[in-house]
Amino acid sequence: MHRTQTRRRFLSLAGGAAVAGALPVVSVRPLQATPAMLNSAIRNVVGEAPVRTGKVTLDIPPLVENGNTVPMTVRVASPMTATDFVKSIHVFNEKNPQPNIGNFYIGASAGRAQVSTRIRLADSQKVVAIAQLSDGSFWSASAEVIVTLAACTEEVN
Amino acid sequence: MPAALVNVPPKARRGDVIEIKTLMSHIMETGYRHTAAGDVVPRDIITSFTCRYNGTEIFRADFFPAIAANPFMSFFTVAKDSGKFEFEWIGDNGFSETASAAITVE
Repeated sequence: MHRTQTRRRFLSLAGGAAVAGALPVVSVRPLQATPAMLNSAIRNVVGEAPVRTGKVTLDIPPLVENGNTVPMTVRVASPMTATDFVKSIHVFNEKNPQPNIGNFYIGASAGRAQVSTRIRLADSQKVVAIAQLSDGSFWSASAEVIVTLAACTEEVN
Repeated sequence: MPAALVNVPPKARRGDVIEIKTLMSHIMETGYRHTAAGDVVPRDIITSFTCRYNGTEIFRADFFPAIAANPFMSFFTVAKDSGKFEFEWIGDNGFSETASAAITVE
């Protein structure tokens, strides 16, 4: 128990993946996604299309105590008619081990462009939601979240 | 034993926008955690969730390890006809679960 605590404290003090790499834990994958990974994950979805800010509302608490379950709602302002609707919503993060959180495919039959789920956040970071509309345009919203207890990478007891 | 909870209004008027809520019990092991001995705990997550309304897909989601344990999902659809909603969760290690719910549209 004592060992776990000191290690956890060391991790929190050390921060950065570079320092974490020096720990005696063998890890083949990086402990943290980087803003560059976030950008490439977004590019994988949107391609070369421009992403504009607006239309999307990302509801997430600004301060969460436990990163293991963070409620999140994404809403897109859209009439949701047969010719003007939201095709999909994609959610990304900046500092979890992986930049993707979820892809949600809706469509004209949804009536309302809104999805809610619960997510994990491994660190205080930015969360980005991107919506693809039926005309092919992409819109986004982002939110900064402060997390006091991180998820994803802790030790199993 | 996996258990699904689905919440669909039993009755709706034609054209109403209705909310559908689902919860599936699952550990959603990220694959990034280590045991005290330093071994990686292998990933075990649900990767895909689908909802069909009278056979037509109305909602689909790809899940990543950043989705919390016991994935909760809420989404909307327009009540068109009486019939059945079918839900399907697919994941690692051959995980596959289904659930369904009936609706009466007046």
